[in-house]
Amino acid sequence: MARIIYDALAEIVGKEYVSDRAEELFLYSRDPGTMDPKKPDYVVLPKSVEEVQAILHLANRERIPVVPLGGGLVLSGLSRPLKGGIVLDMKRMNRILDVNEKSRYVVVEAGCSQGMLQAYLNRNYPHLKHSIPDSPPSATIAGNILIHGSGHMSQATGFHSEMLNGLEVVLPTGEVCKIGSCSTTPYWFSRAPLPDLAGLFLGWHGTTGVVTKLAIKLYPNPAKKDVMMFLTENPDYMPDIISKVTGTEMAEDLNVSASQLPDYMEGLQLSLIYVTANTIEEIDFKKRTIRETLRSYINQKEGGFMFVPTIAKGRFIETPLREMTKFADSKKGGGFEYVGAIMPIELFPEAYRKGLEIAAKYETPYSMAVRIIGRAHCMMFAYAYAFNRADDNDRKKAQRALHESNIAALELGGIPWKAEEPAQKLILERMDPETSRLMNRIRAALDPNGIMNPGNWEVK
Amino acid sequence: MYQLKFDENVCASCATHDCLTRCQYIKLDIEQAKEERRKILLGEDSRVLSECATCYACEEYCPYGNHPFYQIVELQEARGIHPAPKPIEKQQVRMLAPEGKMDYRELSAPVIDMCAFGMFEKFSIQGKLFDGVSTISGNDIFCNLMYLHFAKNSVIKERLPKAVDNIRKYYVEKNKLAEVVCFHDECYATFKSWAPAFGVEVPFKPVHFFEFLLREMRERKGEIRQLPMRVAYQRPCSNRLIPETQPLVDELFELVGAERVQRKYDRENALCCGAVIMTHGRDDLAEDIRKRNIDDMKEAGATACVFNCPYCLVALGEAVAQEGMMPLLMSDLCRLALGEQLKGWGE
Repeated sequence: MARIIYDALAEIVGKEYVSDRAEELFLYSRDPGTMDPKKPDYVVLPKSVEEVQAILHLANRERIPVVPLGGGLVLSGLSRPLKGGIVLDMKRMNRILDVNEKSRYVVVEAGCSQGMLQAYLNRNYPHLKHSIPDSPPSATIAGNILIHGSGHMSQATGFHSEMLNGLEVVLPTGEVCKIGSCSTTPYWFSRAPLPDLAGLFLGWHGTTGVVTKLAIKLYPNPAKKDVMMFLTENPDYMPDIISKVTGTEMAEDLNVSASQLPDYMEGLQLSLIYVTANTIEEIDFKKRTIRETLRSYINQKEGGFMFVPTIAKGRFIETPLREMTKFADSKKGGGFEYVGAIMPIELFPEAYRKGLEIAAKYETPYSMAVRIIGRAHCMMFAYAYAFNRADDNDRKKAQRALHESNIAALELGGIPWKAEEPAQKLILERMDPETSRLMNRIRAALDPNGIMNPGNWEVK
Repeated sequence: MYQLKFDENVCASCATHDCLTRCQYIKLDIEQAKEERRKILLGEDSRVLSECATCYACEEYCPYGNHPFYQIVELQEARGIHPAPKPIEKQQVRMLAPEGKMDYRELSAPVIDMCAFGMFEKFSIQGKLFDGVSTISGNDIFCNLMYLHFAKNSVIKERLPKAVDNIRKYYVEKNKLAEVVCFHDECYATFKSWAPAFGVEVPFKPVHFFEFLLREMRERKGEIRQLPMRVAYQRPCSNRLIPETQPLVDELFELVGAERVQRKYDRENALCCGAVIMTHGRDDLAEDIRKRNIDDMKEAGATACVFNCPYCLVALGEAVAQEGMMPLLMSDLCRLALGEQLKGWGE
């Protein structure tokens, strides 16, 4: 039977783009995070919507699970095939199809990476940019949007899913469906004013269909960019500081880092406030406004801006930040995962102290990173753990620390982002039963044979 | 253990009050200066302690060499005054802490002490002037003088004797060095001013970087091409502690044919680069100083600004360049005169 399915897949995509070889199944069974490997039966790389449709038809016929995969960098194991089946690697569908300069959006295929779009815009439309997450450039646009990712403009513009203008999706049963203005006009300008069906695919971890195209918003790319670094030593101040800075409407991005490494930063909170502008006068005005909004902390000597000369700012201004990868490999062995809990700003102090407590318990240096979302409507509070993938005890220790962080986040009143399978269960246990029942009904209606990424968001 | 040699009687009997009346950042007339001096001598609260910009200039203004600035820092620390926000102070004190990683190294003279700023080597210790030199650097030989800006004499007292001993033990004695060239003005000032003021012995001969440059340039006199440049000189805070080195600047300019422009904020009236004052959170003052300083350079017709201190260069260099003046370290100026290409700081 396996051979028949393999041949059928090879018939659809060509035999160069299907594999059941042990080494490839090994690679596709895991991501750089802590989750246990789950081996697929086949790996397939489609090139077109029609090929995706044909694969889904086959999967329905044969009742084979299908797991869509972007860059494979989600870290929480969401593209591991929990019940085997086909991993649908979308990387060959990576074209940039249209840039609308005036309405500022771009239409891309689902396998288009962050780095590809960034390079393309830099080369062809340097006055435009998209919001870039601090993941490696091989992360896909689609993957990040569909997990409600965030990035370098999220303070100003919200979750990346809020920057989505429209989708083309192959439904689990094989029909191609367009979502947003592109369903009705040739343009991909907006999800409004139609009934917003994008929610059927956002945050569902590939359990409701296979996204093949999407449009995202682009933004002006001002010529000048600067970063201000504000240092404090009391987490209780942070909600007010975040509120004050975002209240100025001057910061494009606002992150807070609190890490035990390097050791001279222990116990301190470093707020990185990013400012962009078209002129020196504009950027000076913005920086001055932000500075003055924090004046009371400066005057009381409780917080201050670090003097950082331009020559030293480059590594803080680049997108994505390579500094993140340094921490990710701090234990060597390339293992890295974090609980990025989405929570209200006022929970910062408690979340911070919980992070210290868990890291101490697991005898690992604490590392927390916070990205402010949408003018402080909420934040992504990340508890990060690096581990050595070659040391299974180290991986399992990080896994336990992450699970405890997930529980802590939920108990505080937050929700783990891109939750691992065990964390999904924790969320569902706390979810309003009518909400989880609705999720179940939607999923059953869209995917009657239960082929899409089974094992995720499973509601009993 | 290390006590400042400050004579209260000398201070009390001083008729000039130059340390306070000449201060460029706290405006005091003679009567106000007398009152603040009285408070300082009695150990009472004085606005001087909280308003001091830590520019070090009063060390130079004192006609008796009585160390008024070091005394201010002692009093600030004793009274728990923090010129900079406390988290910044903590981070800065920790960041340059000794690492205990000293080891013997074979060196060939001349040896240049880069202090904790080894990162400047690839930009500044380049070209024929530095053929055959050895460099030393690192937190373990850091002079720590910058903590004067944070009211932390205690940190200098704790770390400097060990740093001096490290230089002696691991480098000077092992390699039979007759002298150590101080790349950073601040190191030389530490060894020649702060250390004797607090009774820390320096068992080697420090040489100012400009003296080293003068020697090397004189040896290459025949290669020097006169530079038709009008140069503004940015004198750093540390140079207030060693004003005897000021003539070296004029000698170097003369040697390369550069004209030091006459301007308001030079020599004893020099203004701070602004970096420390920004670190203190006094941004309006820092911006005002930077603007006045750069405007003064422009009005004097400078085409370049020569820095002594590398930190001043990174703090003020970009703003100077935006106004059309070339920012240079003194060693860069010398290299230009020798016909060498400079490596860009942005590379």
